[in-house]
Amino acid sequence: MADKGRTLAEKIWQEHVVRSAEGEPDLLYIDLHLVHEVTSPQAFDGLRLAGRAVRRPDLTIATEDHNVPTVNIDQPIADIVSRTQVETLRKNCADFGIRLHRMGDASQGVVHVIGPQLGLTQPGTTIVCGDSHTSTHGAFGALAFGIGTSEVEHVLATQTLPQYRPKTMAITVNGTLPDGVTSKDIILALIAKIGTGGGQGYVIEYRGEAIRALSMEARMTICNMSIEAGARAGMIAPDETTFAYLKGRQHAPSGADWDAAVAYWRTLVTDDDATFDAEVVIDASDLTPFVTWGTNPGQGAPLGASVPDPSTIVDDAERASAERALEYMGLRPGTKLRDIEVNTVFLGSCTNGRIEDLRAAAAVLKGRKVADGVRVLVVPGSMAVKQQAESEGLHSVFVEAGAEWRSAGCSMCLGMNPDQLAPGERSASTSNRNFEGRQGKGGRTHLVSPLVAAATAVRGRLSAPSDLD
Amino acid sequence: MEKFTTHTGRAVPLRRSNVDTDQIIPAVYLKRVTRTGFEDGLFAAWRQDPGFVLNRPEYAGADVLVAGADFGTGSSREHAVWALQNYGFKAVISPRFGDIFRGNSLKGGLLTVLLPESDVERLWQAVEEDPTTAVTVDLVEREVRYADVVLPFEIDDYTRWRLMEGLDDIGLTLRHAEEVEIFEQSRPAWKPRTLAAAD
Ligand code: SF4
Repeated sequence: MADKGRTLAEKIWQEHVVRSAEGEPDLLYIDLHLVHEVTSPQAFDGLRLAGRAVRRPDLTIATEDHNVPTVNIDQPIADIVSRTQVETLRKNCADFGIRLHRMGDASQGVVHVIGPQLGLTQPGTTIVCGDSHTSTHGAFGALAFGIGTSEVEHVLATQTLPQYRPKTMAITVNGTLPDGVTSKDIILALIAKIGTGGGQGYVIEYRGEAIRALSMEARMTICNMSIEAGARAGMIAPDETTFAYLKGRQHAPSGADWDAAVAYWRTLVTDDDATFDAEVVIDASDLTPFVTWGTNPGQGAPLGASVPDPSTIVDDAERASAERALEYMGLRPGTKLRDIEVNTVFLGSCTNGRIEDLRAAAAVLKGRKVADGVRVLVVPGSMAVKQQAESEGLHSVFVEAGAEWRSAGCSMCLGMNPDQLAPGERSASTSNRNFEGRQGKGGRTHLVSPLVAAATAVRGRLSAPSDLD
Repeated sequence: MEKFTTHTGRAVPLRRSNVDTDQIIPAVYLKRVTRTGFEDGLFAAWRQDPGFVLNRPEYAGADVLVAGADFGTGSSREHAVWALQNYGFKAVISPRFGDIFRGNSLKGGLLTVLLPESDVERLWQAVEEDPTTAVTVDLVEREVRYADVVLPFEIDDYTRWRLMEGLDDIGLTLRHAEEVEIFEQSRPAWKPRTLAAAD
């Protein structure tokens, strides 16, 4: 054991084992616990029933995101049930001494956007949240994973979690991304390749030249969707890009602490002689803009392709799933993906609701108009992103193009607030899930990058910026 | 948590793969702040179709769900487990589960059983031919039994023991509170905190 090299995930794991016993899961210490209104009320209730306190409020932070409306946020939430859920979180945070970023606060936003933004998400930490896209934080070289409500209660009470050691998978992305191709295209193409169960039981480490070249925001997009490949977590070893992003942020270490932290963070790389349980290699230079045509994130294809013909799929279960998907999506085999018309474009979510995403989309929309009859929602991932965008004048670009400029939240990513698709409506969405009804009952979702979203808004059909005159 | 040792009931064949948690319970049903009442949202979209398997009279009252591969992928919502339990399900059988869903189910006492695809197919055929088939999910012996078929399944000893004893994880962890304290003392001071020292 001592002379064998370790992977990044194994190093972080080892650093956090409080207790390990034969035949039992390891007891893992949790450095940061993120909380939101949907998956926490029953956990706080459990604490109350058992007369337990929150062990480390100082390692816990809460935000309101899933239910919040993105218009009229200065008024009480109209939907009574949503309002109750948000108010329950406020009461729980007050009772248990947890810092909460409420609707309208300068630091409020989608839980996975605010952690990095506040500098709380740091290399080498363990991070959990009652939300599967906690994998986003892995972009900083953290071991970050989603948990259920029982586990939320467990972390609140003990700041630990019993966990089995996961397997590790290396995904190496070689080469250079062509122009107009983004990290969203990498991850969509990857999921189409390995399948929605391809990463099951693994922590993925993304490596290689193309990953190293990505900004922190683009890295977050990839790690975010690790869960769509079935993986427990996704991570990228920290480097200068990571340190530069963190430096000076509110909760990042400073002075001598900063130097000590960076010295430690530099050790967080997979050793040359470490072995992974599985490896996948892809070449970035082969990639083109990628979109989904079906009802799971693995059902995708390059934008230049056509809707596939299920009858050519050999695997029975996959064929049945593709047939069902096409029926639900109202698509016929052979239709060119570029000919698919949409009613709605959603730009936002913890996948692609950060400032770089908005900049990329605004650059495409500048001086152009949204196609007639297409509704475009631009929902910043956090209030800080909103502020930043407004200071750069991006909001005017969106509004002049005919898009709606909203406040921060999950919004149409999952349609818990009023931002939903109507039955049969079709969207191009920068979010992460195209499941049946995800964006509203009967709604049809195509997952796309911010660039494709913006070009699609202009043409009214799935498009890349290169399709625009 | 209720103890789980062995359960015998009738089974529902859900011939679908990739049943994500948005299908098990759509987001609009997640707004309750209790642990009960989620049965109304279970497979809400599909249940509107009278031909959907859960609506068929021959499967009324069946409490073992037999699903295709990749059941419970997607969102971490434990509401998916509660919805299945609130509706009456005691066990779910599938060739592969979403990781978080499986963790949630085993914490909450809903037994998720992994069987190979071929076994699931045979089980589907059996309960489609005869919906009254009694299916036993036996955690003690780690097998699923129906008619004269015996299908062994794997589950780790620790989880099995916890389910059979109905033990609450938090209680188990709190037995080691001292070790947690010792660990905390060795944590570097520069690690992030959400509250300033003065708060
Ligand atoms: S933006 Fe979407 S994926 Fe992200 S936390 Fe919100 S609902 Fe989940």
